[in-house]
Amino acid sequence: MDVGQMRRQWVEYTKSLFMEGFLDSQFEQLQQLQDESNPDFVVEVVSLFFEDSERLLNDLTRALDQPSVDFKLVDSYVHQLKGSSSSIGASRVKNACIAFRNFCEEQNVEGCRRCLQQVKQENLLVKNKLETLFRMEQQIVAAGGSIPNMEQIGF
Amino acid sequence: MGVAVKPNQFHVLAVDDSIIDRKLIERLLKTSSYQVTAVDSGSKALEFLGLIDEDHEQEDADIPSVSPKNLNQDIEVNLIITDYCMPEMTGYDLLRKIKESKSLKDIPVVIMSSENVPSRINRCLEEGAEEFFLKPVQMEDVSKLRPHMMRNKAKDDEPNINKRKGMEEENQSPERTRTKYNNSLEDVQLVVGDL
Repeated sequence: MDVGQMRRQWVEYTKSLFMEGFLDSQFEQLQQLQDESNPDFVVEVVSLFFEDSERLLNDLTRALDQPSVDFKLVDSYVHQLKGSSSSIGASRVKNACIAFRNFCEEQNVEGCRRCLQQVKQENLLVKNKLETLFRMEQQIVAAGGSIPNMEQIGF
Repeated sequence: MGVAVKPNQFHVLAVDDSIIDRKLIERLLKTSSYQVTAVDSGSKALEFLGLIDEDHEQEDADIPSVSPKNLNQDIEVNLIITDYCMPEMTGYDLLRKIKESKSLKDIPVVIMSSENVPSRINRCLEEGAEEFFLKPVQMEDVSKLRPHMMRNKAKDDEPNINKRKGMEEENQSPERTRTKYNNSLEDVQLVVGDL
Protein backbone atom coordinates (compact mmCIF):
# COMPACT_ATOMS: atom_id res chain seq x y z
CA MET A 1 0.00 0.00 0.00
CA ASP A 2 1.38 3.39 -0.85
CA VAL A 3 1.00 6.45 1.32
CA GLY A 4 -1.90 7.77 -0.73
CA GLN A 5 -3.84 4.55 -0.27
CA MET A 6 -3.06 4.51 3.45
CA ARG A 7 -4.30 8.07 3.83
CA ARG A 8 -7.52 7.24 1.95
CA GLN A 9 -8.04 4.19 4.14
CA TRP A 10 -7.55 6.36 7.22
CA VAL A 11 -10.15 8.83 5.98
CA GLU A 12 -12.70 6.10 5.25
CA TYR A 13 -12.12 4.46 8.60
CA THR A 14 -12.42 7.76 10.47
CA LYS A 15 -15.65 8.58 8.64
CA SER A 16 -17.08 5.20 9.57
CA LEU A 17 -16.31 5.80 13.25
CA PHE A 18 -18.27 9.04 13.15
CA MET A 19 -21.13 7.58 11.17
CA GLU A 20 -21.48 4.59 13.47
CA GLY A 21 -21.61 6.93 16.44
CA PHE A 22 -18.41 5.78 18.10
CA LEU A 23 -17.00 9.28 17.87
CA ASP A 24 -18.60 12.70 17.80
CA SER A 25 -17.45 16.22 16.92
CA GLN A 26 -15.52 16.53 20.17
CA PHE A 27 -13.01 14.03 18.75
CA GLU A 28 -12.56 16.38 15.81
CA GLN A 29 -11.80 19.16 18.28
CA LEU A 30 -9.01 17.00 19.72
CA GLN A 31 -7.63 16.41 16.24
CA GLN A 32 -7.63 20.14 15.58
CA LEU A 33 -5.66 20.75 18.76
CA GLN A 34 -2.91 18.46 17.47
CA ASP A 35 -0.14 20.06 15.44
CA GLU A 36 3.58 19.83 14.73
CA SER A 37 4.41 21.12 18.20
CA ASN A 38 2.02 18.59 19.82
CA PRO A 39 1.98 15.69 17.34
CA ASP A 40 0.85 13.09 19.88
CA PHE A 41 -1.85 15.06 21.60
CA VAL A 42 -4.77 12.86 20.54
CA VAL A 43 -2.99 9.61 21.41
CA GLU A 44 -1.99 11.06 24.78
CA VAL A 45 -5.47 12.22 25.74
CA VAL A 46 -7.06 9.00 24.53
CA SER A 47 -4.52 6.94 26.49
CA LEU A 48 -5.30 8.93 29.63
CA PHE A 49 -8.98 8.28 29.02
CA PHE A 50 -8.58 4.50 28.79
CA GLU A 51 -6.40 4.36 31.90
CA ASP A 52 -9.04 6.37 33.71
CA SER A 53 -12.00 4.42 32.33
CA GLU A 54 -10.41 1.11 33.32
CA ARG A 55 -9.98 2.37 36.86
CA LEU A 56 -13.57 3.64 37.01
CA LEU A 57 -14.99 0.42 35.55
CA ASN A 58 -13.13 -1.58 38.20
CA ASP A 59 -14.45 0.74 40.90
CA LEU A 60 -17.96 0.36 39.51
CA THR A 61 -17.71 -3.42 39.42
CA ARG A 62 -16.63 -3.46 43.04
CA ALA A 63 -19.29 -0.98 44.13
CA LEU A 64 -22.10 -2.93 42.45
CA ASP A 65 -20.83 -6.15 43.99
CA GLN A 66 -21.43 -4.91 47.52
CA PRO A 67 -24.30 -6.50 49.50
CA SER A 68 -25.65 -3.00 50.03
CA VAL A 69 -25.01 -0.79 47.02
CA ASP A 70 -24.03 2.83 47.61
CA PHE A 71 -25.85 4.45 44.69
CA LYS A 72 -24.41 7.87 45.39
CA LEU A 73 -20.94 6.44 45.01
CA VAL A 74 -21.88 4.49 41.88
CA ASP A 75 -23.41 7.63 40.39
CA SER A 76 -20.30 9.67 41.12
CA TYR A 77 -18.16 7.14 39.24
CA VAL A 78 -20.56 7.15 36.29
CA HIS A 79 -20.63 10.96 36.34
CA GLN A 80 -16.84 11.00 36.06
CA LEU A 81 -16.85 8.49 33.21
CA LYS A 82 -19.59 10.38 31.41
CA GLY A 83 -17.54 13.57 31.69
CA SER A 84 -14.30 12.12 30.44
CA SER A 85 -15.91 10.16 27.59
CA SER A 86 -17.68 13.35 26.55
CA SER A 87 -14.37 15.22 26.63
CA ILE A 88 -12.76 12.88 24.12
CA GLY A 89 -15.84 12.45 21.94
CA ALA A 90 -16.46 8.79 22.82
CA SER A 91 -20.13 9.23 22.15
CA ARG A 92 -21.44 5.69 22.66
CA VAL A 93 -19.67 5.38 26.00
CA LYS A 94 -21.14 8.73 27.03
CA ASN A 95 -24.67 7.70 26.06
CA ALA A 96 -24.33 4.42 27.94
CA CYS A 97 -23.33 6.46 31.00
CA ILE A 98 -26.40 8.66 30.67
CA ALA A 99 -28.64 5.58 30.74
CA PHE A 100 -26.64 4.24 33.66
CA ARG A 101 -27.23 7.37 35.73
CA ASN A 102 -30.98 6.99 35.31
CA PHE A 103 -30.82 3.56 36.92
CA CYS A 104 -28.68 4.97 39.72
CA GLU A 105 -31.35 7.54 40.38
CA GLU A 106 -33.98 4.79 40.52
CA GLN A 107 -31.68 2.79 42.78
CA ASN A 108 -32.19 -0.16 40.48
CA VAL A 109 -29.34 -2.61 41.08
CA GLU A 110 -30.11 -4.95 38.21
CA GLY A 111 -30.51 -2.06 35.82
CA CYS A 112 -27.19 -0.67 36.99
CA ARG A 113 -25.43 -3.98 36.52
CA ARG A 114 -26.79 -4.28 32.99
CA CYS A 115 -25.64 -0.75 32.25
CA LEU A 116 -22.21 -1.50 33.59
CA GLN A 117 -21.93 -4.37 31.11
CA GLN A 118 -23.06 -2.05 28.35
CA VAL A 119 -20.54 0.63 29.29
CA LYS A 120 -17.76 -1.96 29.49
CA GLN A 121 -18.65 -3.20 26.04
CA GLU A 122 -18.79 0.25 24.47
CA ASN A 123 -15.52 1.17 26.15
CA LEU A 124 -13.84 -1.92 24.71
CA LEU A 125 -15.30 -1.36 21.25
CA VAL A 126 -14.12 2.23 20.96
CA LYS A 127 -10.75 1.27 22.42
CA ASN A 128 -10.24 -1.30 19.68
CA LYS A 129 -11.43 1.11 17.01
CA LEU A 130 -9.07 3.85 18.16
CA GLU A 131 -6.15 1.45 18.44
CA THR A 132 -6.77 0.49 14.82
CA LEU A 133 -6.93 4.15 13.85
CA PHE A 134 -3.70 5.01 15.65
CA ARG A 135 -1.96 2.02 14.06
CA MET A 136 -2.96 3.36 10.64
CA GLU A 137 -1.57 6.76 11.64
CA GLN A 138 1.74 5.22 12.68
CA GLN A 139 1.99 3.45 9.33
CA ILE A 140 1.29 6.65 7.42
CA VAL A 141 3.91 8.57 9.36
CA ALA A 142 6.44 5.73 9.05
CA ALA A 143 5.93 5.78 5.29
CA GLY A 144 6.74 9.48 5.25
CA GLY A 145 3.17 10.72 4.92
CA SER A 146 1.07 13.01 7.04
CA ILE A 147 -2.26 12.36 8.72
CA PRO A 148 -5.10 13.95 6.73
CA ASN A 149 -6.90 16.92 8.21
CA MET A 150 -10.60 16.07 8.43
CA GLU A 151 -11.53 19.73 8.28
CA GLN A 152 -9.72 20.18 4.99
CA ILE A 153 -11.46 17.18 3.55
CA GLY A 154 -14.70 18.91 4.33
CA PHE A 155 -16.03 16.23 6.60
CA MET B 1 6.50 25.10 42.22
CA GLY B 2 8.57 27.87 40.70
CA VAL B 3 6.90 29.45 37.72
CA ALA B 4 8.65 31.93 35.53
CA VAL B 5 5.96 33.95 33.87
CA LYS B 6 6.99 35.76 30.73
CA PRO B 7 6.23 39.44 31.18
CA ASN B 8 3.78 39.90 28.33
CA GLN B 9 2.01 36.59 28.57
CA PHE B 10 -1.17 35.99 30.48
CA HIS B 11 -1.03 33.25 33.08
CA VAL B 12 -4.06 31.09 33.69
CA LEU B 13 -4.58 28.81 36.66
CA ALA B 14 -6.73 25.84 35.63
CA VAL B 15 -8.43 23.71 38.28
CA ASP B 16 -10.01 20.33 37.47
CA ASP B 17 -9.98 16.97 39.22
CA SER B 18 -10.18 15.10 35.89
CA ILE B 19 -6.78 14.42 34.36
CA ILE B 20 -8.34 14.27 30.89
CA ASP B 21 -10.03 17.63 31.27
CA ARG B 22 -6.86 19.17 32.72
CA LYS B 23 -4.92 18.04 29.67
CA LEU B 24 -7.60 19.36 27.38
CA ILE B 25 -7.95 22.78 29.00
CA GLU B 26 -4.19 23.12 29.18
CA ARG B 27 -3.88 22.47 25.44
CA LEU B 28 -6.76 24.84 24.64
CA LEU B 29 -5.17 27.60 26.71
CA LYS B 30 -1.65 27.04 25.36
CA THR B 31 -3.01 27.17 21.81
CA SER B 32 -4.17 30.67 22.69
CA SER B 33 -0.64 31.48 23.87
CA TYR B 34 -1.45 31.57 27.55
CA GLN B 35 0.88 30.21 30.17
CA VAL B 36 -0.89 27.55 32.17
CA THR B 37 -0.63 26.07 35.63
CA ALA B 38 -3.02 23.16 36.10
CA VAL B 39 -3.93 21.76 39.52
CA ASP B 40 -6.32 19.02 40.52
CA SER B 41 -8.18 20.57 43.44
CA GLY B 42 -9.48 23.78 44.96
CA SER B 43 -7.15 23.45 47.92
CA LYS B 44 -4.12 23.08 45.61
CA ALA B 45 -5.34 26.15 43.75
CA LEU B 46 -5.52 28.17 46.96
CA GLU B 47 -2.11 26.87 47.95
CA PHE B 48 -0.71 28.05 44.64
CA LEU B 49 -2.40 31.39 45.11
CA GLY B 50 -0.79 31.67 48.53
CA LEU B 51 -3.96 31.47 50.51
CA ILE B 52 -3.42 28.58 52.91
CA ASP B 53 -3.91 30.99 55.74
CA GLU B 54 -4.10 34.67 54.87
CA ASP B 55 -2.62 35.68 58.23
CA HIS B 56 0.42 33.49 57.76
CA GLU B 57 0.80 34.06 54.02
CA GLN B 58 4.40 35.15 54.12
CA GLU B 59 5.59 33.02 57.02
CA ASP B 60 6.24 29.70 55.36
CA ALA B 61 9.47 30.02 53.42
CA ASP B 62 8.81 26.87 51.39
CA ILE B 63 5.79 28.30 49.70
CA PRO B 64 6.64 30.82 47.02
CA SER B 65 5.32 34.21 47.87
CA VAL B 66 2.52 34.69 45.44
CA SER B 67 0.67 37.81 44.61
CA PRO B 68 -1.83 38.54 41.88
CA LYS B 69 -0.83 42.18 41.80
CA ASN B 70 2.51 43.86 41.55
CA LEU B 71 3.84 43.22 45.03
CA ASN B 72 5.78 40.22 43.80
CA GLN B 73 6.40 39.87 40.09
CA ASP B 74 7.49 36.24 40.32
CA ILE B 75 4.04 34.74 40.00
CA GLU B 76 1.01 36.50 38.67
CA VAL B 77 -2.30 34.83 37.89
CA ASN B 78 -4.45 36.67 35.39
CA LEU B 79 -7.42 34.32 35.35
CA ILE B 80 -8.66 31.24 37.14
CA ILE B 81 -10.71 28.66 35.27
CA THR B 82 -12.21 25.95 37.42
CA ASP B 83 -14.43 22.92 37.15
CA TYR B 84 -17.61 23.08 39.21
CA CYS B 85 -17.97 19.45 40.34
CA MET B 86 -14.93 18.53 42.37
CA PRO B 87 -14.68 16.46 45.55
CA GLU B 88 -14.11 18.31 48.85
CA MET B 89 -14.13 21.83 47.41
CA THR B 90 -16.42 22.63 44.51
CA GLY B 91 -15.63 25.30 41.94
CA TYR B 92 -18.28 27.42 43.62
CA ASP B 93 -16.58 27.07 47.02
CA LEU B 94 -13.30 28.06 45.41
CA LEU B 95 -14.94 31.04 43.72
CA ARG B 96 -16.33 32.24 47.04
CA LYS B 97 -13.00 31.91 48.82
CA ILE B 98 -11.32 33.89 46.06
CA LYS B 99 -13.94 36.64 46.15
CA GLU B 100 -13.66 36.81 49.94
CA SER B 101 -9.91 37.31 49.75
CA LYS B 102 -8.65 40.88 49.66
CA SER B 103 -5.62 39.93 47.61
CA LEU B 104 -7.36 37.60 45.18
CA LYS B 105 -10.85 38.97 44.65
CA ASP B 106 -9.99 40.88 41.51
CA ILE B 107 -8.70 37.87 39.60
CA PRO B 108 -11.36 36.93 37.04
CA VAL B 109 -12.84 33.48 37.64
CA VAL B 110 -14.51 31.27 35.05
CA ILE B 111 -16.50 28.16 35.94
CA MET B 112 -16.80 25.02 33.79
CA SER B 113 -19.39 22.32 34.19
CA SER B 114 -20.61 19.28 32.32
CA GLU B 115 -24.13 19.92 33.59
CA ASN B 116 -26.43 22.64 32.34
CA VAL B 117 -28.20 23.64 35.54
CA PRO B 118 -29.55 27.21 35.27
CA SER B 119 -29.73 27.76 39.05
CA ARG B 120 -26.11 26.65 39.36
CA ILE B 121 -25.03 28.93 36.54
CA ASN B 122 -26.86 31.93 38.00
CA ARG B 123 -25.45 31.29 41.47
CA CYS B 124 -21.91 31.31 40.09
CA LEU B 125 -22.45 34.44 38.03
CA GLU B 126 -24.03 36.18 41.01
CA GLU B 127 -21.07 35.21 43.16
CA GLY B 128 -18.83 36.99 40.67
CA ALA B 129 -17.80 34.45 38.05
CA GLU B 130 -17.14 36.14 34.72
CA GLU B 131 -18.28 33.28 32.52
CA PHE B 132 -19.78 29.85 32.79
CA PHE B 133 -18.64 27.33 30.17
CA LEU B 134 -20.41 24.07 29.45
CA LYS B 135 -18.07 21.14 28.98
CA PRO B 136 -16.49 20.01 26.82
CA VAL B 137 -14.91 23.44 26.54
CA GLN B 138 -14.31 24.62 22.98
CA MET B 139 -11.79 26.93 21.34
CA GLU B 140 -14.51 29.53 20.91
CA ASP B 141 -15.11 29.53 24.68
CA VAL B 142 -11.41 30.10 25.36
CA SER B 143 -11.42 33.04 22.94
CA LYS B 144 -13.81 34.80 25.35
CA LEU B 145 -11.22 34.89 28.12
CA ARG B 146 -8.91 37.60 26.82
CA PRO B 147 -11.15 40.64 27.53
CA HIS B 148 -11.42 39.59 31.18
CA MET B 149 -7.67 39.29 31.55
CA MET B 150 -6.99 42.53 29.75
CA ARG B 151 -9.51 44.39 31.84
CA ASN B 152 -7.88 43.02 34.97
CA LYS B 153 -4.44 44.01 33.77
CA ALA B 154 -5.61 47.51 32.90
CA LYS B 155 -7.07 47.76 36.37
CA ASP B 156 -3.68 46.97 37.87
CA ASP B 157 -2.14 49.84 35.94
CA GLU B 158 -4.81 52.35 36.93
CA PRO B 159 -5.72 51.62 40.52
CA ASN B 160 -8.24 54.41 40.86
CA ILE B 161 -10.50 53.35 38.08
CA ASN B 162 -12.82 50.48 38.82
CA LYS B 163 -13.36 48.91 35.44
CA ARG B 164 -15.58 46.07 36.50
CA LYS B 165 -18.68 48.14 36.84
CA GLY B 166 -20.02 50.97 34.75
CA MET B 167 -19.36 51.90 31.18
CA GLU B 168 -16.20 50.89 29.46
CA GLU B 169 -15.10 52.79 26.40
CA GLU B 170 -12.16 50.77 25.13
CA ASN B 171 -12.94 47.29 26.37
CA GLN B 172 -16.02 45.22 26.02
CA SER B 173 -18.22 45.04 29.08
CA PRO B 174 -18.06 41.93 31.19
CA GLU B 175 -20.27 39.33 29.66
CA ARG B 176 -22.22 37.84 32.51
CA THR B 177 -23.89 35.15 30.45
CA ARG B 178 -22.76 33.23 27.48
CA THR B 179 -25.14 34.85 25.11
CA LYS B 180 -25.83 38.40 26.21
CA TYR B 181 -23.76 41.44 25.35
CA ASN B 182 -24.66 44.67 27.03
CA ASN B 183 -23.06 48.06 27.34
CA SER B 184 -24.31 48.88 30.76
CA LEU B 185 -24.25 46.74 33.83
CA GLU B 186 -27.82 47.84 34.50
CA ASP B 187 -28.99 45.89 31.52
CA VAL B 188 -27.06 42.76 32.35
CA GLN B 189 -29.51 40.08 33.07
CA LEU B 190 -28.47 37.03 34.96
CA VAL B 191 -30.62 34.94 32.71
CA VAL B 192 -29.44 31.79 31.09
CA GLY B 193 -30.54 32.77 27.59
CA ASP B 194 -29.72 30.25 24.93
CA LEU B 195 -27.70 27.89 27.06
